[in-house]
Amino acid sequence: MSYLKITNLSARLAGSDTRILRDVSLSVDRGQVHGLVGESGAGKSMIGKAVLGILPRSVEIPSGSIELDGVDLLQLAPAERRRRIGASCALIPQDPLTALNPSRRIGGQITDRLVDILGWDRARADARALEILGEVQIADPARVLRCYPHELSGGMRQRILIASAFAAEPKLIVADEPTTALDVTVQKQILKLIAAMQARHGTALLFVTHDLGVVSKVCGSLSVLYGGLVVEETGVRDFFAAPRHSYSRALLAATPKYTDPLASLVPVPDAVIAAAQAQVAAADRRWPARAERWPHG
Amino acid sequence: MADARGRVRHRAGARLWLSGLWLGALGLAALLAPWISPQDPLAQDLFLGRLPPFWMQGSEPGFYLGTDSLGRDVLSRILHGGRVALIVALVAGTLTCVVGASLGLMAGFLRGWVDVAISRLIDIWMAFPPVLFSILLIAVLGPGLFSIILAIVVIDWTRFARVVRAEAMAQGAMDYVASARVAGRGRVSTMVVEILPNVLPTIVVLFTLEMGISVIVEAILSFVNLSIATDDPTWGGMIAEGRTSIHQAWWVIVFPLITLFLTVLSFSQLGEGLKDRFDPVLR
Repeated sequence: MSYLKITNLSARLAGSDTRILRDVSLSVDRGQVHGLVGESGAGKSMIGKAVLGILPRSVEIPSGSIELDGVDLLQLAPAERRRRIGASCALIPQDPLTALNPSRRIGGQITDRLVDILGWDRARADARALEILGEVQIADPARVLRCYPHELSGGMRQRILIASAFAAEPKLIVADEPTTALDVTVQKQILKLIAAMQARHGTALLFVTHDLGVVSKVCGSLSVLYGGLVVEETGVRDFFAAPRHSYSRALLAATPKYTDPLASLVPVPDAVIAAAQAQVAAADRRWPARAERWPHG
Repeated sequence: MADARGRVRHRAGARLWLSGLWLGALGLAALLAPWISPQDPLAQDLFLGRLPPFWMQGSEPGFYLGTDSLGRDVLSRILHGGRVALIVALVAGTLTCVVGASLGLMAGFLRGWVDVAISRLIDIWMAFPPVLFSILLIAVLGPGLFSIILAIVVIDWTRFARVVRAEAMAQGAMDYVASARVAGRGRVSTMVVEILPNVLPTIVVLFTLEMGISVIVEAILSFVNLSIATDDPTWGGMIAEGRTSIHQAWWVIVFPLITLFLTVLSFSQLGEGLKDRFDPVLR
């Protein structure tokens, strides 16, 4: 049974007809890793933000449901929704340089949630912070807890963010391009770390990325997005063996091969783009009927 | 790199110490003015009118910086004037800071209708010419220490609000705010715990600048005789009086001017120095 189940989720810029997500449905099972891939602006980050309740104010959700453990988050009162998300979800953000508060020590930033949401006492939260930093292989965690973010390297900070996300044993983690801001050598270590932590803690992971190479290493299943529309949802093995959608095939062909670095890049053909856009337009024709049923989101 | 940083650090240190020293000395002198003033700042003696400072021909012992045309001791009046200047700087600076920074923080972080309301208010407010506005305000309220402070707060809060709003908006877009929200922090709590510490360096710089500006505004208002109502000396008042006898007794206008200049400069340099030293991002 799936832990996160998104059904027919639509999103648009508030007060306008600019659509961001179109009838998105996907599900993530307990302990599974689901990748969200697509080009810039395809809406992959928006799905993650919608799940975590941190959509920008300018975005509204006219229809759809986001079920977390069988409860539709969109039907909850804001305070209850935040409490539920805080207790069971966490975020691994994209840019480790802005994802830690520069004027607060690392320790407090990890223990906040444990104390505020889970109601642990200080000593227990501090012990947990030490333990989880050890788990992500940070040397001398006691010292790191007293550091400010600017005293640590980018790779260290990303490790801390991963530790922080797992500290409260969440059921679901949304990783929003967690390796994009890092250089390639660190990327690999961080990916391994995320995969290892996910396996050990049995967390469901929604992995947002534009890098199919990353998907093949980390994810068990994936959704391919184009223009806010899921064009293909499938298992990773099937996808890499035989992608069904023409856009998926083109994306796969466009991925540079490290084994043959001199081969010229293959752009996504115009015909494929046109086909995908036609599909988006078809989805839009189904939109108005639902928008009437959900006037205020 | 490390060397250049060290140099910046060193310069900031000198700035901090020099300005701190001047302001400290001035604060102490203002506090102790009744005991350390060589003369009574209000005592007039026409026989001692327009005495030059101590190094010039014709000076009298005990009147170190000379006297004005009514025979009042310039040094004693500067020391006593410092009390008014520093009280205004502290109280008006603090109140302006609190009012402006809170409104700016709310507008910049909460956005939505709060931002719309506060931003429009700032736009309207800034369309008033500040000096005329303060003169008008004091003309209505009547002169006095309270009116000066109120005038400064009412006029200058926009300075804080605008800058803090922009800063809070920039901070609000950072990933750490998103993480805090996911972790279940409420909006107000996020604003105070996550955003405020990061805009604090900016607020401190603005605060010290504002204290300097308060000193100037107080001087301007006493220059046009709209400051405190009593005979108590103020720097602006001394400058106004000194202007009439500038050809016969330049010292009456020059010494309060120098004091005013150094004080305002010190306030602004203190702010810059503090920012360089304590801003965790620059550090």
